[in-house]
Amino acid sequence: MQERSELMQTLFGRLTLEAIPYHDPILVGTFMATAILGMSLLAYITRKRAWGTLWNDWFCSIDHKKIGVMYMILGIVMLLRGFADAIMMRAQQAFAFGDSMGYLPPHHYDQIFTAHGVIMIFFVAMPFVTGLMNYVVPLQIGARDVAFPFLNNFSFWMTTAGAVLVMMSLFVGEFAQTGWLAYPPLSGIDYSPTVGVDYYIWALQIAGVGTLLSGVNLLVTIVKMRAPGMTLMKMPVFTWTALCTNVLIVAAFPVLTAVLGLLSLDRYVGTNFFTNDFGGNAMMYVNLIWIWGHPEVYILILPLFGVFSEVVSTFSGKRLFGYTSMVYATVVITILSYLVWLHHFFTMGSGASVNSFFGITTMIISIPTGAKMFNWLFTMYRGRIKFDVPMLWTMGFMFTFVIGGMTGVLLAVPPADFVLHNSLFLIAHFHNVIIGGVVFGVFAGINYWFPKVAGFKLDEYWGKVSFWFWLVGFWVAFAPLYVLGLMGVTRRVSHFEDMTLQIWFQIAAVGAVLIGVGILAFLVQIFVSIRRRDSLRDETGDPWNGRTPEWATSSPPPAYNFAFTPRVHDQDAWYDMKRRGHQRPTSGFVDIHMPRNTAAGIVLAGISMLCGFALIWHIWWLAAASFFGLIAASIIHTFNYDRDYHIHADEVSSVEDQRTRKLSALQKAGA
Amino acid sequence: MSAHAAETTFPPDSFYDTGEHHPQNGTMLGFWLYLMSDCLIFAVLFAMYGVVGANYAAGPGPKDLFDLGLVAVNTAMLLLSSITYGFAMLEMARGRQNAVLGWLAITGLFGLAFVGLEIYEFAHFIHEGAGPQRSAFLSAFFALVGTHGLHVSFGIVWLVVLMVQVRKMGLTEPNRRRLACLSLFWHFLDVIWIGVFTFVYLMGVLR
Amino acid sequence: MLLFPLVFLLAGCDWVVLRPSGDIAMQQRDLIVVSTVLMLLIVLPVMALTALFAWRYRQSNKEATYDPEWHHSTQLELVIWSAPLLIIIALGAVTWIATHTLDPFRPLDRIDAQRAVTADMKPLKVQVVAMDWKWLFIYPDYGIASVNEMAAPVDVPIEFSITASTVMNSFFIPALAGQIYAMPAMETKLHAVINKAGDYEGFSANYSGHGFSHMRFRFAGMSGADFDGWVAKVREAKDPLNREEYQRLDQPSERVPVRHYGSTMAGLFDAVVNLCVDPNKMCMRDMMAIDARGGLGLAGVYNVSRLSYDRPRTQVSRAQAEAFVLSLCQVGPEIMISPAADAPMYGLLR
Repeated sequence: MQERSELMQTLFGRLTLEAIPYHDPILVGTFMATAILGMSLLAYITRKRAWGTLWNDWFCSIDHKKIGVMYMILGIVMLLRGFADAIMMRAQQAFAFGDSMGYLPPHHYDQIFTAHGVIMIFFVAMPFVTGLMNYVVPLQIGARDVAFPFLNNFSFWMTTAGAVLVMMSLFVGEFAQTGWLAYPPLSGIDYSPTVGVDYYIWALQIAGVGTLLSGVNLLVTIVKMRAPGMTLMKMPVFTWTALCTNVLIVAAFPVLTAVLGLLSLDRYVGTNFFTNDFGGNAMMYVNLIWIWGHPEVYILILPLFGVFSEVVSTFSGKRLFGYTSMVYATVVITILSYLVWLHHFFTMGSGASVNSFFGITTMIISIPTGAKMFNWLFTMYRGRIKFDVPMLWTMGFMFTFVIGGMTGVLLAVPPADFVLHNSLFLIAHFHNVIIGGVVFGVFAGINYWFPKVAGFKLDEYWGKVSFWFWLVGFWVAFAPLYVLGLMGVTRRVSHFEDMTLQIWFQIAAVGAVLIGVGILAFLVQIFVSIRRRDSLRDETGDPWNGRTPEWATSSPPPAYNFAFTPRVHDQDAWYDMKRRGHQRPTSGFVDIHMPRNTAAGIVLAGISMLCGFALIWHIWWLAAASFFGLIAASIIHTFNYDRDYHIHADEVSSVEDQRTRKLSALQKAGA
Repeated sequence: MSAHAAETTFPPDSFYDTGEHHPQNGTMLGFWLYLMSDCLIFAVLFAMYGVVGANYAAGPGPKDLFDLGLVAVNTAMLLLSSITYGFAMLEMARGRQNAVLGWLAITGLFGLAFVGLEIYEFAHFIHEGAGPQRSAFLSAFFALVGTHGLHVSFGIVWLVVLMVQVRKMGLTEPNRRRLACLSLFWHFLDVIWIGVFTFVYLMGVLR
Repeated sequence: MLLFPLVFLLAGCDWVVLRPSGDIAMQQRDLIVVSTVLMLLIVLPVMALTALFAWRYRQSNKEATYDPEWHHSTQLELVIWSAPLLIIIALGAVTWIATHTLDPFRPLDRIDAQRAVTADMKPLKVQVVAMDWKWLFIYPDYGIASVNEMAAPVDVPIEFSITASTVMNSFFIPALAGQIYAMPAMETKLHAVINKAGDYEGFSANYSGHGFSHMRFRFAGMSGADFDGWVAKVREAKDPLNREEYQRLDQPSERVPVRHYGSTMAGLFDAVVNLCVDPNKMCMRDMMAIDARGGLGLAGVYNVSRLSYDRPRTQVSRAQAEAFVLSLCQVGPEIMISPAADAPMYGLLR
């Protein structure tokens, strides 16, 4: 490499043309495909003259429903990227035996498994979970929006900015080759001197701000904005789990921010927190990152426990069994999730008493989780179970998750962990709970609430195809990994010598393909449903005979959610209203106070992303400029006092009258 | 809390709130939650300092570096700024805009003095060769004290912005809320500083 | 799917975790089986009930009772919470005991289920260094060392001292015993015994960078006589493992062939743990002793040449790479160990 001129160095930092991987055919191909797809999307939007709508009604929207939908879209897009990583890993491991080195050199393979983990957790699971909570929680508690609508928009764009940075690493520079938690000293500047870890750090820091703020936001929403009569013990279970999840977010994400901040000081300033040099202590990083990391897995799973509770109860046509114990189980899990982090590194040599303490606290978590499982079971007992797609996902979850839970408790026994730690058994375990719990739950939730979002149901046939491919694909992909783990095969290996193992990896690759078909079927399901929307249409707003307040309003709900805030008398408030013959008010509408859209969120997040990019590439002038720009833009935003408006009573009345007419037409058709 | 403590005050057959429902404003709760999350960041930095705070890497320790006199003056600046902020809030309750602005200005000056002394201290350490790179102890020291200092600097910027806004708009409802938030922030930083002063400076020198 | 650990336990093949050859790994295997059975006590009924309820209360079955208001039963809730509780109490007790008896830091008290360790059994000491990206085994009692190959006599307790030279790794021989992290500037311990002669695989179980996939070594369990023979063979190797050779070896390299050293420097492992194989570096131990007395004062700031232990793996270096804290005293002459007089000969044991 020739010396670059001082000017170039100042202008572009360490960014050079070398950073663009034009010599890697896989990446060039990916780039072409992405570019063509992106261009055609842009062209389509332009042809439809949709830019104005997209910008005004979506990007700048502070409506929690639209933001929720945008989170889900982000999750789906990133799922495709994360899954592409997965299938590349499976393919590499299926081929790379003996003389064949596979098609991915370690330099590339190591980036892929790091990116897969980071993307699936931060930019797939988190947006899905946040998106569901964003859409559903305000509706379930009878609120007009979240407590801080602007912050909500800002949080979404910060999460997206993080995702964009991760995607950018594909085509400009490289991603971290450290594993998804980037343990030092490996992730330190000496052993990872390139931009990979910096991409990792800034993507997570920027997305982390979004997550934290959305946690605060939803927490305040649930605490302060519930409909009259909705005491804590009358809240829908999904809202309860959302409450606990957001408590966890607020209490865990700052730890991630701080520990990544210290790592970046090590990398940028030359401090010695986690180095071998000058008295640093890398074990502290491992502890701190897991103090965030373990609560994080409960942040992901708890809301889906809520989804399953809603689905089981609705589709069994029955009130949830043991509501109170369900709530307490959730709270107990929330608290215990902070007392188990050390089980991720029993093998660090903490000593028998410490290890057994954390092993046993981990096992104790399985008690409330088991109680939840029984509660769902007895909700089905003496019900009338309709096996619609959401319920299928729930059944798939119940059968899959218990196995994942069991292997999890097994890993919590420290001496057993000594032989299973970092093995493919561990990989199988956490995919067992994350796919079997989080992903299945997300799909249950999407199928369950889609009619509320769009006004029509999702196509059932393709939903079932997707479900069965996912379920079978999951087991075909991960049962071999359990087996390989018991054969002592460890994770993150890109090439094997022992030919007898190959067959298991090939089976796993087949499973991954099946999952791929499942994902494809889901996309087809959405596409087909949009085409067939008229025959799938639901005018009632309550297609499943639902029980919680979100089903009381129209589908899709009006911007203001409820013309009149519902009054809650019972846990299953909407069921209670229907049972006792409520009358939907058709007159006497009043002005409704609503927050106004703003571009501030997307602008601030864009500047943050620029700042992150500049820091990654050491373009100091741009980093400084964008940092001060960020502060200036925030200050300018605070001078905007005109943040809300009123929806006039006439407007409300015309929207509601339209619904009245539709409902009475339906009634006539029914009678 | 008991499950059914809050009896509904409306009749059991009333299903809708026919007026415009006004939920409570959640800004103070939200801001307080943010502060608690910020508190966790400081908790991590304190923990880091607790673990590596005695790893001097055969370099200087707290006794060689810290000048308790300087830090005492510094602490006084911050504590005084908290008091003057309190006066500003009292004036806000009385609705006296100019008095509020006056006290806020004094608060800002104290804050500036604090940050200035801290920058002086840091520059002095770095000049002596005891920069954050020298040892894990110094890394943790600079990170903890520096993060606090950054918070105070940010608070000063916020304070100035608020002063402009109060001048422009007066003591309106949103501005009162913002002043209350900044007040929480300011006192929170005071509390953190008491931890820093005790745990880092006093225990470092007197141990 | 559910029963596969048990089924394959009987079927047998290369399920090394379930069919290990060392007593510690065997006990860990037993623990896996016991815990799995304990959990299946509750998991199986749950799965059966799920299937049963799903079938029985399907919508089309109009004969099944439908009770939409039934949502609470104190007795049932008691069962729901206490059944998992009881299992966890049992499992928790097992865990507490097993974690203490199988603590890797604890010296062995048995060779296998039948034979206890007696006082005259001298454990084989092995010092392990995880390097970029190969394993170094030092036998301090014999003054020999080998790279990517390790041998041990059967039925003799082995005492591993484990560290790493740059980043975190995990030392794992599945047939022998569970893994433990190998960390720079840190020493972890593992006590284990191999009960069957044979060749086994060992590797790093914690990702450590580019060459991680091939960071593998052969672990050979041997009869006492064979082991003596192996030691004799290693001794024949001319190369000494001294400071210079260690530093050469420590450069990043991949797929390193087996290599033997007939003699080693006394205290080399200690120097590795203290990050001061390079005689210009200050040993961590000395640094910590100085720190315990309050550091070196302001004069210490000029002493920054010798505490920089991390070395860039690539050419991209950083500005501070030259900075390290100077060691305060001269390092003594290197003493090479020739075979110690009391080095145990395992061929004579029986």
